[in-house]
Amino acid sequence: MAHSATHPEDHLLTVSENPRSNLLDRGFTVLVQGVALLVIAILLGITAVVLAYAQPAIAHFGLAFLWSTAWDVPSLQFGALPYIFGTLVTSSVGLILALPISMAVAILTSENFLPAFVREPLAFLVQLLAAIPSVVIGLWGIYVLIPFLLPIGTWLNNNFGWFPLFSTPPAGPGLLPAGVILAVMIIPTIASVSRDVLTVVPKELRSASMALGATQWETILAVMLPAAAPGVVGASMLGLGRALGETMAVSMVIGNSGQITASLLDLGNTIPSLLASQFAEAESPLHIGSLMYLALILFVLTLMVNVAAVLLVRVFGVKV
Amino acid sequence: MNDPQLETTPSETEELTLSQTKSGRLEPAPEPNELVTAMKVRDLSFYYGTFKAIEGINIDIYEGQVTAMIGPSGCGKSTFIKVLNRISELEGQVKVEGTVEFFGQNIYDPKVNLNRLRRQIGMVFQKPNPFPISIYDNVAYGIRLFGRKPKVEMDEIVETALKSAALWGEVKDKLNKSALGLSGGQQQRLCIARALAVKPKVLLMDEPCSALDPIATMKVEELIESLRHEFTIAIVTHNMQQASRVSSYTAFFSTDESRVGHLVEFGPTSQIFLQAKHPRTREYIEGRFG
Repeated sequence: MAHSATHPEDHLLTVSENPRSNLLDRGFTVLVQGVALLVIAILLGITAVVLAYAQPAIAHFGLAFLWSTAWDVPSLQFGALPYIFGTLVTSSVGLILALPISMAVAILTSENFLPAFVREPLAFLVQLLAAIPSVVIGLWGIYVLIPFLLPIGTWLNNNFGWFPLFSTPPAGPGLLPAGVILAVMIIPTIASVSRDVLTVVPKELRSASMALGATQWETILAVMLPAAAPGVVGASMLGLGRALGETMAVSMVIGNSGQITASLLDLGNTIPSLLASQFAEAESPLHIGSLMYLALILFVLTLMVNVAAVLLVRVFGVKV
Repeated sequence: MNDPQLETTPSETEELTLSQTKSGRLEPAPEPNELVTAMKVRDLSFYYGTFKAIEGINIDIYEGQVTAMIGPSGCGKSTFIKVLNRISELEGQVKVEGTVEFFGQNIYDPKVNLNRLRRQIGMVFQKPNPFPISIYDNVAYGIRLFGRKPKVEMDEIVETALKSAALWGEVKDKLNKSALGLSGGQQQRLCIARALAVKPKVLLMDEPCSALDPIATMKVEELIESLRHEFTIAIVTHNMQQASRVSSYTAFFSTDESRVGHLVEFGPTSQIFLQAKHPRTREYIEGRFG
């Protein structure tokens, strides 16, 4: 088709038929870019504020803050170690308890052991567990979990008292109840993400395994779980991230005592729990600074967990 | 289907098969009465849930022979082959009527142990499906299911299996590398090696070349050729020339308006391709439908 002189071809290509849509296009791009950058700005802003407020403590204690065990408000002596310890211990206990249970839930709800009309609601109910406000879980912890764990703790201490983890009589609140509470809170996350990962493992792999004479269990253990491993690791790290930062429920059942103890039955405290309980009454810049310093440490911890999650997934992802 | 291979005129088809006879590929099939029946299928009907997929199938799969299932899409040939090792049961509720015997034993007998059955009747799937583990571990997988073996013995089994799958030379220096790093054709031959490692009596192949390029297809066909004396092979293929090249018996499946697959004709491959008794078979072979 030949174009007449009044319509040269390059003219057709360069001039938009609808200038308004061009403008909208550009405007939309700018809007989206702006909003996306805003998120990064908030992240950087929070970091800057935490750093600024923590400055007095950083200047005063330096890195020694990390391994100092003192926390004495009147004499303005502050150290982070008991709280870092409590945070890591309760989160680890939570993860160790939550992982097998979550895997059981994920396998049960992704395989055909149950008919679909039972399986689907079950998976949904487990997810609903995440919808319970943490203060409600904390109340449950105080009124149900602690009384329930008390005789178990006493029995453990009586019979296995020689083992460091059970070396003190149970105090009621403490590291173990906090760990159990955290497990309850992260099971929905780990279970539902793992289930999603398991359901997208190619079904050809299952057929291949079954066709070689494997039973369903052998197939799950030798094929499905390894293939889903990167996702399960990611799910666990997501759960761990939540456990590290959990404040309210932990604060209600941990006993709020800044000590380092090998016994899970003893009292303890975590960084978020301490922050929540002391901010209102902190007045001296050094006290506020120390709390902010703790916040910074927590921030770095969760950042490290998230980076580890990404790296682990990448390493596994290449190998598997 | 616009597959150019299906558009050959009858005379061309004849010429092709004749030239293959000269090169010794389309051997005359042995007389059925000289053969042992590895799998005997009688009056087989199969349902997914309440949907009847195939009905009234009667086929003998002879020991040491390659039997090809051909037919248009949706004719039930893949469904049929998945009934033979009961792998179709993974896809949900199924129902079987009639009998399938494996050397005289009904495989749908409630006493049959599915895992032992599938060890005797191996399978290669349409899409290469190696496990996301090393090449070595892929081949060793089936053996390990039934107990540990000393490393020397296992090494030997893996090597033998890879050699029978004509893959050893290509992978012997990277046995510990991930199987996913192999090309599609290599992956499919690895899947064949994996199936052979457990020494099945029968090997089922469900369109094993449909995801492969022509060169890889040729290699798999050569492999089938070399395996035919040691194993009993049943292969589903939508490629008629492949059936004529690799098989000595051919079953032609088709559907009617009811959408239920049934067997139209079964016999020696040369007979099906050159002097089919049923007009529908002739039409399909001549490329007039499908």
